[in-house]
Amino acid sequence: MSVPAFTGSNVMDVDAAKIRGAGSNVHFDKVSVAYGAHVVLHPLTLDIAPGEILAMIGPSGSGKTTALRAVAGFVRPASGRIRIGATDVTDLPPYERGLGMVVQNYALFPHMRVEDNVAFGLRAQGADKALIGERVKDSLATVGMSGFSKRYPRELSGGQQQRVAIARALAVRPRVLLLDEPLSALDAQIRRNMVEEIAKLHRDLPGLTILYVTHDQTEALTLADKIAIMRDGRVSSHGPTAELYRRPPNRFTAEFLGRANLLPVTVAEGAAGPKGLATAKLGDAVLAGVARGEKPGDKTLLCIRPQHLSLTGDEEHTNRIVGTLREVHWQGELTHLVLDVDGTPVRVSATRLPVSLPERGSAMPLFFTPGDTSLVPEDVRG
Amino acid sequence: MLVWSRPGRMLIWAVFALLFGVLFLAPLAVILLSSLAEQWNGVLPSGLTIEHYSNVVRGAAWNAVNASLITGFLASALALVSGTWAALALRVQDATLARVLGVLFFIPSAVPSVSVGLGLLVAFSHPPLLLNGTIAIVMVAHFVLISAFTFGNVSAGLARLSPDFEQVASSLGARPAYRLWHVTLPLLAPYLVAAFGLSFALSMGELGATVMVYPPGWVTLPVSIFSLTDRGDVFAGAALTMVLVAVTLVLLLGLERVAGRQTRS
Repeated sequence: MSVPAFTGSNVMDVDAAKIRGAGSNVHFDKVSVAYGAHVVLHPLTLDIAPGEILAMIGPSGSGKTTALRAVAGFVRPASGRIRIGATDVTDLPPYERGLGMVVQNYALFPHMRVEDNVAFGLRAQGADKALIGERVKDSLATVGMSGFSKRYPRELSGGQQQRVAIARALAVRPRVLLLDEPLSALDAQIRRNMVEEIAKLHRDLPGLTILYVTHDQTEALTLADKIAIMRDGRVSSHGPTAELYRRPPNRFTAEFLGRANLLPVTVAEGAAGPKGLATAKLGDAVLAGVARGEKPGDKTLLCIRPQHLSLTGDEEHTNRIVGTLREVHWQGELTHLVLDVDGTPVRVSATRLPVSLPERGSAMPLFFTPGDTSLVPEDVRG
Repeated sequence: MLVWSRPGRMLIWAVFALLFGVLFLAPLAVILLSSLAEQWNGVLPSGLTIEHYSNVVRGAAWNAVNASLITGFLASALALVSGTWAALALRVQDATLARVLGVLFFIPSAVPSVSVGLGLLVAFSHPPLLLNGTIAIVMVAHFVLISAFTFGNVSAGLARLSPDFEQVASSLGARPAYRLWHVTLPLLAPYLVAAFGLSFALSMGELGATVMVYPPGWVTLPVSIFSLTDRGDVFAGAALTMVLVAVTLVLLLGLERVAGRQTRS
C-alpha cells in the first residue's frame, strides 16, 4: 500500500485546529546534570517559545540528549529548574509532564497494532473510548497512516513506523513534542522526505512546541526556528536559524552549522556604512566583511560559505582572493574545489564551472560579496 | 561457516552424532528398553512387555505425577514472580548493589541440593516456622533451587530490552504499574515463558532436596523413581522415568509454542 504524505490543509479541518495553541513554552533555568563528579550538562538557561521548533545540535557527548531527557524527566537535574508553561516540572515524574516523545528507533510497542500504539497514551490516562477512537483516527490521518491502523509495527517500513510514532505522540495532545534524533535510523532518501513532512506537519500544527535533538545540521536548518549548538555540555551558540548560519558567533558554530571557510584576517578599519562592513587584511588583499564590533588591529576570522565563492567577478562580488587549486571533486549537482589561500584550505561549491579549469597547482582567483561574509572571533566557548 | 570443506563438515557431523548418541540418546534408550523389558540378562532384553507401565499406573504413579506437576507449577510460578520482581528491582539500583544481590540469588544453585534440603529441614523444624512434614517445605525447597534460574532468565531479557519502550510509555502518561503491565511484561513475555519452562523442568527432575524434606503423601516422581530403583525394581523405575520424561516433554513443548508465538509478535 502506498503511503500518502503528511496531510496538508485538508487535515487541518479535521484535527490540527484542535492541536493549535496546545504548545507551551519550555524554560531551562540554570539546569545542570551530573553523573557523580562528571558534569554532562553545565548550567543551561534557555527558552523555547510556544509553537517554536528549537533544534539542539552538537557532536556526540555534547549534552543535547541529556537536556532533552531532563525535560522528559528521565534524568534529574543536579541543579536548576525546568518549567513547561507555568508548571515547574523539575520534580514531576515523566508521566505527569504532558509530553509526547519520539525516539530514534521509534519504540513502537511490537505487541500492539498501530491503532493500539496510537491509543496507548490516552488509555494510560484513562480517556473515554469515544475520545480515544476519535483521536486515533485524527492522529493517523495527520501523518497519512489511516490505512494502516490494523497492522503490527513489524509490518511497516522504517518511515511508516516513524509516522506512527509521531501520531502516537500527537494523540495525547502534548504540551511539548520531544524528538530525539527521530530520523537517524532512516536511509538518506527517506530522511529527506521525512524532514520535509515534519516541516509540513508543523506548518499545519503551528501551536506545537518542539524540542528537536539531532546531530544532522540539514534537519536543524530545514526545521528549526531557532538552533542551540551544544559543545562539551554547554550551549556554544543559540539564536534564530538563519541568523546563526549567516552570522555565526564563533568558529565552532561556523564549522558545525554548514561548511565554512575561515580565513585568518587582521581588521584594518572597524564597521562603517549602513551594511556594517569592516575591512580586513589577508596578506596583501584587503577584504570587506560584515563586522560584529571588531576594532582595527584585531585578529579574527573571515567566514565565507563555500557556495558564496564565485569563480568569476562582477560588480557584486567585489572581494577577491587568489588561491592555488589543489583538488577538484565532481559530485553531480555540485563540484567542490579545494584551494590553498595563504596556507588555509578554502572549499568552493560550484554549480557551474568555466569551460576550462586551470591545472592543479595553478593560481586561481575567487570572488565573493562582502555581505555574504562575517567576521568570526576565534575559539570562543559558549 | 567455520569449516568449508565437505569432508571436514562430514567429519564434524559424525563426531556430533557419536557424542549425541553416546551421551544423550544411549542412556534414554537404555531406560526406554528397561521400561519395556521382561528380562534383561544379556546385551539386549530377552522380551518386551508393557506390564511395568500398567503396574506403575495401577500403583502410586498418578499421585506422584500430580505431586510433581503441582509442585513444579507452584514453585515455578512463585520463582517467576519473585525472580521477575528481583530483576526489575535490581535494574534501578546502584550497579554494585545489583551485582552483589544478583550473585546472592545464584548461591542456592551452587550448593548441593541435599544441603539445601538439610538446611530447610533444620531451619523449619521449630516454631514459629514449623514447616517440616508439610507440603509447603517441598515447595520452598524447589523455589529456593530454581529461583536463581528465573532471575537469570528475566535479567537477561531486561538487559536486552531497550529503555526507550518504557520511557516513551512514561512520557505518554503511563504510570509505573500501567507501564509494567502493558509494556514491560508483554515485551518480556518470551523470557518469562522460557524462565517458567526451565524452572518447571528443573523442578520436575529435582531429587536431592525433595528426598530430605518430602512428607508422607507428597511423593514426587523423582522420589518414587529413586524408591523403586533403591528397592531393586529397576524396570518399574524405568517405566516411571519414561512417564516423567513424557509429562515434562509435553509441557515444555506446549510452553515452547507459547514462547514462539510471543517472539513472533
